[in-house]
Amino acid sequence: MTETAAWWSLLAAPALLLAGAVLAVAGDALLAARAAGRPATVRTALRPLLEVPRLLAAQPRRLPAADRLLWRLGVVTVPVAAVLSALVIPFGGTAVADLPVGVVWFNAMEVLTWAGLWLAGWGPNAAFSLIGGYRFVAQGLAYELPLMFALLSAATAAESLRVGDIAQAQHGLWFAVWMPLAFAVYLAGVLAFSFLGPFRYPAGEDVAAGVLGETSGVDRLLLEAGRWLWLTSGAAMAVPLFLGGGAGPGLPGWAWSTLKTLAVLAVLVWVLRRMPVVRADRYVEFAWVVLVPLTLVQVLVPALVVLGR
Amino acid sequence: MESVLLAVLGVLALAGGVLVFRCDSMARATFALLLSLCCVGGVVALLGLPYLGVVTVLMMIMEMVVMAVFMVAYMMNPAGLMPMSMLHNRRGSLAVGAGVFAALVIAVFLVPWPARRGGPPPDTTVQVGRALMGGQMLTMIVLGFVLLATMVGATVLATRRGRYDRFGDALDRRTPRDPVGGGVGR
Repeated sequence: MTETAAWWSLLAAPALLLAGAVLAVAGDALLAARAAGRPATVRTALRPLLEVPRLLAAQPRRLPAADRLLWRLGVVTVPVAAVLSALVIPFGGTAVADLPVGVVWFNAMEVLTWAGLWLAGWGPNAAFSLIGGYRFVAQGLAYELPLMFALLSAATAAESLRVGDIAQAQHGLWFAVWMPLAFAVYLAGVLAFSFLGPFRYPAGEDVAAGVLGETSGVDRLLLEAGRWLWLTSGAAMAVPLFLGGGAGPGLPGWAWSTLKTLAVLAVLVWVLRRMPVVRADRYVEFAWVVLVPLTLVQVLVPALVVLGR
Repeated sequence: MESVLLAVLGVLALAGGVLVFRCDSMARATFALLLSLCCVGGVVALLGLPYLGVVTVLMMIMEMVVMAVFMVAYMMNPAGLMPMSMLHNRRGSLAVGAGVFAALVIAVFLVPWPARRGGPPPDTTVQVGRALMGGQMLTMIVLGFVLLATMVGATVLATRRGRYDRFGDALDRRTPRDPVGGGVGR
């Protein structure tokens, strides 16, 4: 049974999430250096972190007739939603808040990114930024339903919406093993809601970084941090949903949780550098014509297994 | 503690509802409505139905983001650069609003509320599921079909191109002629 952690976990969970995000950024920088033929050293790995003081000190950009309230709100929403989503993820045997509807909570926080990014695109009153915001909504309509069905298959197999129960229900056989399709769709969803790699379409190079384009200074830092925090949170959630949570031989639960999360994160970071950008209008057809029926069948499998139990 | 939170959420929901009509910008109006609906979701969760509360928040965020797209597309002054009013038929709506409010308040005092028998179940989510998939199964299935038919019908009415445009008059074209290629190679 997953237990609720002490009050200080409320500070520890965001710190852990941030540490994971920093590792992901460093890993991404190393892979980029290797791809470019530069030496992959510690300096290369830490280089992206220099952006943090630079962005903190940068002069904010002012735009005519920007809706500053909505813009600020949208920019703040993305990292805040990522941190809130991590509250239900068990770390070993403890979660900050093991809600009885944890899976739905995670999903709701992830959908909050839709609102955040649309607002971040709308706020600056600039064309490319607006296009970026709309692109994320289009992408959201494509990835959301398959992702929901992937979450549902894990919840159905465990007969619970509590994330701790789902991790417990996989004693011996991970859901990733007998529901590989749901696992793959979930991982694709993680890349999509952190708008990285093949799903960086809302912040695409073709629209001058789209939704990120007009942000500067702290705003830019928050949005960039938001995407990597979301990637880490998604990777961490994959562990209780599909990889058996903190269960494993020899090591304590928290160590297994960390190891598995880092493994998923490494796979995601590797994948996001190896895939081209997918246009939302192409992905939406693939998602609705191929992925939705497949994931529906995938939900049917655990439903039948549970009925026959 | 809970009643304080309930009161705060209730007041915030009302304030959001008022803001919808005070904002010039469609984006602001939409997100004021979202604030209001999220507070309603919080109220539902506080009343002991966490599943319905969180699902309300989830669905309303998606819905309001999609609605923002349509509001901006169809309203005459989406960015709120000029003052505009969302109020129409002021006297009529005032009369209807006041009438409904008065009726509801009177109903609150007139209805013989039943006394509570037994305690609340430990997991209300299971109870909601049983109600929807048990006693109300027929209602939910009919509702589902009605919604689906409405969506398909609205899409068919809204699209100019039909299957004859895509597959030819005799419907004998192998690959459809579409203005934009899709993602599965058609």
